[in-house]
Formats: sequence, C-alpha cells, structure tokens
Amino acid sequence: MSDLVPGEPGAGGYRAAWHSGSDSAAVAEHVGFQYAGIGHQTGTAQAGLWLFLATELLFFGGLFLLYAVDFTRHPGGTLAASRETTLWIGALNSVILLCSSGAYTYGLGLARRGDNRGLFRMVLLTAALGTVFLLLKGYEWYDDIARHLFPGPTFALPAADGGALFWCFYFVATGLHGVHMIIGLVLLAWIGTGARKRRYSSAYYTPVEGVGLYWSFVDMVWITLFPCLYLVGR
Amino acid sequence: MSTTTERSLLTLQQRADSYLTDERTIWSWLLTTDHKRIALLYFASITAFFFLGGAAAAVMRLNLVTPEGLLVEHEMYNRLFTMHGVIMVWFFLVPAIPVTLGNFVTPLMLGARDLAFPRVNLTSWYLFIAGGVMALTGLAAGGVDTAWTFYTPLSTGYSHGWMMMVCLGIILSGYSSIATGLNFIVTIHRLRPPGMTWYRLPLFLWSLYATSVIYVLATPVLTMAMILLMFERFFHVGLFDPALGGDPVMFQHLFWFYSHPAVYIMILPGFGVVSEVITAFSRKGIFGYKFIAWSSVSIAVISFFVWGHHMFVAGTSIYSGIAFSLLSFMVSVPSAIKVFNWLATLHKGFIRFNAPMLYILGFIGLFTIGGLTGLFVASLGTDLHLHDTYFVVAHFHYIMVGAMVSAFFAGLHYWWPKITGKMYPEIWGQIAAATIFFGFNMTFAPQFILGYLGMPRRYASYDPGYQVLNVVSSLGAVVLAVAYLMPLIYLTWSLFAGKDAPSNPWEATGLEWQTQSPPRTENFAFTPVITGPPYNYPRPEQRQHV
Repeated sequence: MSDLVPGEPGAGGYRAAWHSGSDSAAVAEHVGFQYAGIGHQTGTAQAGLWLFLATELLFFGGLFLLYAVDFTRHPGGTLAASRETTLWIGALNSVILLCSSGAYTYGLGLARRGDNRGLFRMVLLTAALGTVFLLLKGYEWYDDIARHLFPGPTFALPAADGGALFWCFYFVATGLHGVHMIIGLVLLAWIGTGARKRRYSSAYYTPVEGVGLYWSFVDMVWITLFPCLYLVGR
Repeated sequence: MSTTTERSLLTLQQRADSYLTDERTIWSWLLTTDHKRIALLYFASITAFFFLGGAAAAVMRLNLVTPEGLLVEHEMYNRLFTMHGVIMVWFFLVPAIPVTLGNFVTPLMLGARDLAFPRVNLTSWYLFIAGGVMALTGLAAGGVDTAWTFYTPLSTGYSHGWMMMVCLGIILSGYSSIATGLNFIVTIHRLRPPGMTWYRLPLFLWSLYATSVIYVLATPVLTMAMILLMFERFFHVGLFDPALGGDPVMFQHLFWFYSHPAVYIMILPGFGVVSEVITAFSRKGIFGYKFIAWSSVSIAVISFFVWGHHMFVAGTSIYSGIAFSLLSFMVSVPSAIKVFNWLATLHKGFIRFNAPMLYILGFIGLFTIGGLTGLFVASLGTDLHLHDTYFVVAHFHYIMVGAMVSAFFAGLHYWWPKITGKMYPEIWGQIAAATIFFGFNMTFAPQFILGYLGMPRRYASYDPGYQVLNVVSSLGAVVLAVAYLMPLIYLTWSLFAGKDAPSNPWEATGLEWQTQSPPRTENFAFTPVITGPPYNYPRPEQRQHV
C-alpha cells in the first residue's frame, strides 16, 4: 500500500483529505503545524495545563496526607504547635496573594480585548504582589528559625507529641509553595515580555490564560495551607 | 486558505525525504521536536541503561554461584542490587515502551502530524538524561545500599552513600515521565483526525492512554515521597522517626502508592504491543476489542488501590490486609480477560511465526506464569511465607523482565521496518526470541523453588543447600545475556546491510503502515480520514484458502 492521496476513494478504513485552515496570517504564525487552527491549539494547550494541575494536586496531596495522618495521631501537639505560627503575616499574605490573582485575572480580560499595554501593567502588579508575598514569607521563616521552631536539637517545643512533625510540614509545605511562586514569577516575566512586544491579540492569548491557571492554582494551594498552618490551633 | 494547504503541497513535493534524512547535523537531532527523532534519542539512552543495569545483574548472578559469594563483599553486593533496581525500574522499564515505540507510532497510528506538545516531548528527554546522569553519578561514585525501595529508617538514618544524588535523579526522571504521559493523554484526546472515534483507536493507544493516566497521577506522589526522604535525611527532623512522633511505614505508603501502579506502567504498554502484533500475524481482527480496551483502563484504575499488599508484614492492620488482598486479586480479572481474548484471536487465524509473533507467544507464556504466581503473594497467609524471598523476585521478573522485555522486542521488531526503513534478519530474530524464552525460564523458574524453600532475597550469601538451583539460575542468566545481546548485534547490522523495507511489510492494517518507510518529518501530507474500525482483516470464513 502506498501513501494516502486526497480525492481517491481510499481503502482499508482510510481516505485522505486536504488540510483546511481558516486563520488569518497574523494568527496562523502562532499555530503549530500539528493543529488544525488556533481554536484547536488553544483548547489543547488548556487541556494540557489542567492535566498538569492534576499532577500538582497529587504532588501536594502526598504532603497533605502526611499532615492528616500526623494530625490524627497527635492532635494536641499539632494544635499547640500551630499556635506558634505568626498569624498576622499568614493573613496578610493570604490577602496579598488573592489580590495578585485578581490583578492577573483583570489583565487576562484586557489581553482578551487585545490590550497589551494594560496586560503589561497588570502583570507588573501581579509580580510585585507575588514578590511582597515572598519577602514577607522570608521574614517569617527568619523569625521562625530565630524562635527555634525548626525541628532539631534546639527545637523550642516538645518534639515527640507531633510538634516537630507540624513544623516539618510547615517548612516543607511553605518551601514548596515558595518554589512554585518563584516559578510563577519567571512565567510572569515571560508574559510581561510578550505583552511589551505586543504578541497577544483578541485571537491569540493562549499563554496568558495558561499562566493564569497556574498562578491561581498556586493561590489555591495557599488557601488550603493557610487554615492548616495558622488557624487550626486558634 | 491558507498557509496550511500551501504547506501540505510543499510536503508533498518533498515526499522522497524521510525524517531520518531531512536534516543531517548533530543539532538537528539534539534540538529536534519531531516525535520520531525523539523516539530514537530515547532508544539510544534506554538501550545504554538496559545493558548497564543488566551488567549489575550479571555480577550478582556470578556472585551467587557459590554459597559464600564468589566475587564481591556483602556491602558491594547491596550496592549492586540497588544499582540494578534503580536503573532497570526508572531508567529502563518505566519509560521503555512509551517513550520509544509509543513516541514513534502514537501520532502515526492516530493520524496526527506530531504529539500535541513537541517541545514538551523534547524537554522530557533532557529531563530523563539529566536524571540518568545524576543517578549514575551517585551510583558510580559511592553507590546506595538500600535497594531501590529506599525504606526508612535505613535510608534516612543509617545508610552511607550517595542517596541524595540518586533521589534527585529519580525526581527528574519522574518529571520526564509526567511530561510524556501528559503529552500522550492530551494527544489522544485532542489530535484525533476526522472519523477516529474512541472505539476506532488501535489498542496500543488505549494501553498507552491507561499507562499515561498512571504516569501523571502516581509519579507526583513519588516525587513528594523522595522530597520528604531527602528532607528527613538531611535535617533528621523526625518525619519517619518514631522517637519524634513520625512513622517509618508512612514512607512505605507514599512510596508504594507510586511504585505499585508503576509496575502496571511497565506492563500495560506491553499489552498494547501484543494486541497489535497478534492481529497482524494471525491476519485476523482482535477478539473482544472493547473488553481489551476497557481492561487496560480498569487495570490502571485498580492499580491505585493495591499498594498496601507490599506491607502485609510491615505491621499494618489485618483489615487493611484483607482489603488490599481482595483488591489485588481483582487485578487478575482484567489481566485474564486480555490473555483469553488474545488466545481467541489466534483461533482460526492465519498464523505466521515471524520474530514479533514468537516474542508475543513467549510474552503470553511468561506473563501467565508471572500473573498467576502474583496470586500466591497477594494472599495474606501465603505471603507471610513468601514475603522477601526469591519467590517474589521470580514473580515480578516474570512480568517485568520476561513478559515486558519480550513485548518490547516484539514491538521493536514489528515496527523496525517503519522506524528505520530496513528489514531485520528474520531467522536471527526467531532464534533470539526462542533463546530469550528458554534463557529466561532457566534463570527465573529455579528462583520460584528457591523462594518456596525459604531463600531470602537481597542476600549476598546463602545456605549451601540452595547451591544447585542457584547455579542453574546463573547458567540461565548467561543464556539470557547472550540472547539479549543478539538483537543489539543483528538490528545494528540491519541498519547498514538490511534490505530496504516496503511501506507495509506485514500487510497490517494500522494507519502507521499507510505512510512511507521511514515516514516523512510531519508524517502525513494530508489529513487522514478514518472510515472504518481498526484491525480490518478479512474474517476467517471469507479468507481465500490456497
């Protein structure tokens, strides 16, 4: 058997058709050769991102499982240890992070209308708020370690009743969340650069939407962490 | 209209070219986003890992020729079986079929011009190589002596070695798996051409889909387990230490939540290869298409609920033991459905014993033995006796090495003409297939008996009463090593001196055979339209008998 050719009847369950594309030239330059058009590409990219977020959910899921088990085994120690966290920083950071997502989502709306300048401003605001979050978190870590809350020989709380496990969870979880934030800032820089170069239009804003999904997911992780770390014992 | 049509015409004019000859620089390979070239990059890498891991096993088998250990110190032996396990699991078996054969044929079978995310595909190869280099550095520099399971508290408190380096390597290779799985799932959902409904998908794609579900949902949990392990090892904070409120069994839960589904990652793509090859070489449609398709999916789903059977003797409760035992038994149902459907496919088929078919028949035999002995270790009472003995070693090698590597070779021979444009030497393929089956059984059948008699696994020395069977097993390993080297030699030879392959040497019906051999860079000059079911072979009663 040889190659399929359009117009011939085909055999064995196959025939061939011409590729059809209806995108304008400006949009078509963004469309990969494996896609039928911009709509096909956008939907596929979104599907990929949602699936990636599912893997992230399983990733953090392992950590939250550990938290649930340790909490069940040592409720008293976990609650007591949780009261040592600095509530005002955690609460302020929650507000900051939610505002950053709000800013980004507003920027996404502007991108959909082809407003690259507005998108750039909003990305800048998002990144600034994200940076403030990380700085506050860094100060909080510094303060926690100064108060001997990092588990180890000089740990300030009784260790064996779950206090050490709680603070393990605290540092691993906030650390991994911070790593996700840093990756998010890199992605924001990429979107910001694109906005400066006027890459996005009302027909093509796939990357803007993708980074938005990621940033909101990192937000969601924090929204779950906040009560687990700061509120349970209070 | 359209740039795409112009591009199609362009591709049509270049039809004499193939993906192999399109560009010839080294960078055109190292920076390629073509799924076929990435498959070849993966081929080269996993072949190297396979023979490295195999070399470690060869030294182990040689050491076990005498009861006191012929060659190496006990400490060295521990490092050898860890190296063997780590390399074979994460750098050969888990990626093997999906990243090579799967990468190559998925878009071709589907009728797509590439995977959904070609750059993610290339990234996955670089992650794999980075992880492989890190793991190998760790294993070569000082080694790890915990076995590939890294059980705490040995791995966190007592083991000396390059644990961190190896863990990081495994995390990176895990992200490579996630990238591959994600790409396959999205491709199969989104890049199906007109007429390619779910029930027209070749069964290889169903099995890859099921594999990918495990890739993307189980691997992140291993990543977390490894991060926690490294955190505990570095800071000694008590995550898995009972003295500080932690629980060492917790690590086993997290580890096996990935690592049990991972054994289905290893075997599911093999199932897919069997379904493709067995139809092509019995010239007959698959028996029970929907049953085989859904059994792949159900194996993937059930695989997430059986991890506890690794901990029957780790102090978990008897109720969890009963539940996990029953769930483990359930996996045998879809597995058996597959085997029976394959056998029914052979019935009244026009069977040709080409090398891929011989590998597949070997697969069915080895998989059946491996699968049935799995029931022994899934039962609570029997497992108390068999746990951590050579019986377990034999059981999982029958599936992961015997069956899975046979399926890999079957697929490799089956698609070799498509991949390289050359025919392999048939007689040598048949000899190698038979030798692998013989050598494998000679190596691992004695280990069932050794395990039943109580010989524990992972020991560098053993009671002299076990020597005869150990020597038989080691002799079998020699046969097996020769058998595994044979394809390396004759397939390499065929690249240079093999006959040119026609586009469809097996007269198979898959869409990948409707393209030239080797295919062109963007696969199809035209959008294929699928008008009928797969495996569209004549029914036995319609066949012309000659």
